[in-house]
Amino acid sequence: MPEIPGSSGARGTSARVEITRDEVAHLANLARIDLSDEELDHLAPQLSVILESVASISGVAGDDIPPTSHALPLTNVFREDVVTPGLTPEQALAGAPEVEQQRFSVPRILGEEA
Amino acid sequence: MSADWTRRTAAELADALAAGETTSVEITRAHLDRISSVDGAVHAFLHVDAPGAIAQAEASDARRAAGTLLSSLDGVPIAVKDVLATEGLPTTCGSRILEGWIPPYDATVVRKLRDAGLPILGKTNMDEFAMGSSTEHSAYGPTHNPWDLDRIPGGSGGGSAAAVAAFEAPLAIGTDTGGSIRQPGAVTGTVGVKPTYGGVSRYGLVALANSLDQAGPVTRTVLDSALLHEIIGGHDPKDSTSIDQPLPALVEAARLGAGGDLAGVRVGVIQELAGDGWQPGVITRFQESVDLLIKAGAEVVEVSCPTFVHALAAYYLILPAEASSNLAKFDAMRYGLRVWPEGRPDASAEEVMRATRDAGFGDEVKRRIILGTYALSSGYYDAYYGQAQKVRTLIARDFDAAFEKADVLVSPTAPTTAFKLGEKLDDPLAMYLNDLATIPANLAGVPGISVPSGLADEDGLPAGFQILAPALADDRCYRVGAALEAALADQWGGPLLDKAPALEGA
Repeated sequence: MPEIPGSSGARGTSARVEITRDEVAHLANLARIDLSDEELDHLAPQLSVILESVASISGVAGDDIPPTSHALPLTNVFREDVVTPGLTPEQALAGAPEVEQQRFSVPRILGEEA
Repeated sequence: MSADWTRRTAAELADALAAGETTSVEITRAHLDRISSVDGAVHAFLHVDAPGAIAQAEASDARRAAGTLLSSLDGVPIAVKDVLATEGLPTTCGSRILEGWIPPYDATVVRKLRDAGLPILGKTNMDEFAMGSSTEHSAYGPTHNPWDLDRIPGGSGGGSAAAVAAFEAPLAIGTDTGGSIRQPGAVTGTVGVKPTYGGVSRYGLVALANSLDQAGPVTRTVLDSALLHEIIGGHDPKDSTSIDQPLPALVEAARLGAGGDLAGVRVGVIQELAGDGWQPGVITRFQESVDLLIKAGAEVVEVSCPTFVHALAAYYLILPAEASSNLAKFDAMRYGLRVWPEGRPDASAEEVMRATRDAGFGDEVKRRIILGTYALSSGYYDAYYGQAQKVRTLIARDFDAAFEKADVLVSPTAPTTAFKLGEKLDDPLAMYLNDLATIPANLAGVPGISVPSGLADEDGLPAGFQILAPALADDRCYRVGAALEAALADQWGGPLLDKAPALEGA
């Protein structure tokens, strides 16, 4: 197993959380990233170290604490129902890897068995 | 005065333009020349738009002649971090996956710069998708710190900070998700401001973590930041998290602060942001700055923010979670890179997507996407992302309690001065620790500024002083920041950047 970088002194009192190479491969699959064997060897131990250091958070805030996502309590934001100009088809397609008949051209969607 | 326009502050350039001593074309050309001569070594820019900048400068000079100026900074050039969409100019976010992408629209911040008449010099280097504290995670190679080219310029906005520190631009735009404006400011001896969350529009800013990201000014002086902040800030209907309230009077606050009187201002020193792991020279400069604030009439108290110890953990759950969702849009279908798996011309869309994301994303991006996917997966959501969002509440409450006792809170901006390139590249946790002091402000959404506090004794490199204020009270950062800047300049006999080494080719 490769040496775990950054592990010295960073663990503190946090819970031991292991993330296995297989789990990383599974997560990469969910995230639609092909990872090579070398990348898995390299990333898996690093992710364990990071996860271990953030796991300390469990139990810090009790059930009665509400979550926060904005500095100010914003409620629903409305705007007038007015038409404003958007992108032209040419602009929208300008960065496309492939264009056909003013549409995004993509690889086949269905698998071979389908 | 010397006719080297690159050494002037943005405010001085605006005055010189108003006095008819120079033209926007002359100023813009001077900065483009400077970029040509030093950016080979610094690598602050990913893209320089010389013809565009000159054309915009010519238009500014024509407006001046016609008496139809657009703003106080009309004609003063600026550099823009490559994470903001610029119509007609490449926007890569420091990633291969967006190599060569030219957005069909402007970010609101960019639109406001154009509407205010600031010629855009180019796009600055950054850690890929703003993930990093050193700019080493850029797919196009690192930026070098102008104080020592072997060292990091901070990150993720190291390009913007280095451009300003190397006199390649008088102004720049940065974005700050966990410190990416303030920490580069600290390690390059420049000024950087993270506005209140929602104070500057995020429309057209390629999102890293939506609930944390905030664009802001990167400059050499506090007044310049205030001038720029007033141009880019304010409500934007295109950003639903944008605050629908006028900005405080920031330029006025900076001018008031520069007068040097802080009588009646209560300054709270955050106890948790010091101690083990903090470089002694950084702490010494910090303490001296606190003493100068006292001398200026401020009342200094100690404050405690006990949940700040959990800030880093909360941040490294929230950020990857949001980033993994945001980066799902890079799917090789509508824009950006498309890579086919080797020898598989019949590959499916999903296979192309996997191959593209493997080839297009760098290590740090992959780390964080996988971490975020983990934190959001069923069974872990409540324990990680949910818990982290609650910790934000606790951190916000710590801020609330501290702001009962003090008008502003202060700490060193970063625990150390600039480290060597490569030193922490493969040690993610060590890299993450750079943002220890800056992250709490992002989690709570409050504004913060980093002002140079001097050079650390150990290594002669810049350190930063951070000032945090309550949400919507960005003006306090400017007032106290300008007062400190003035007191320090008195002590040094000029700005800190005067002590920076001359760059080769200059």
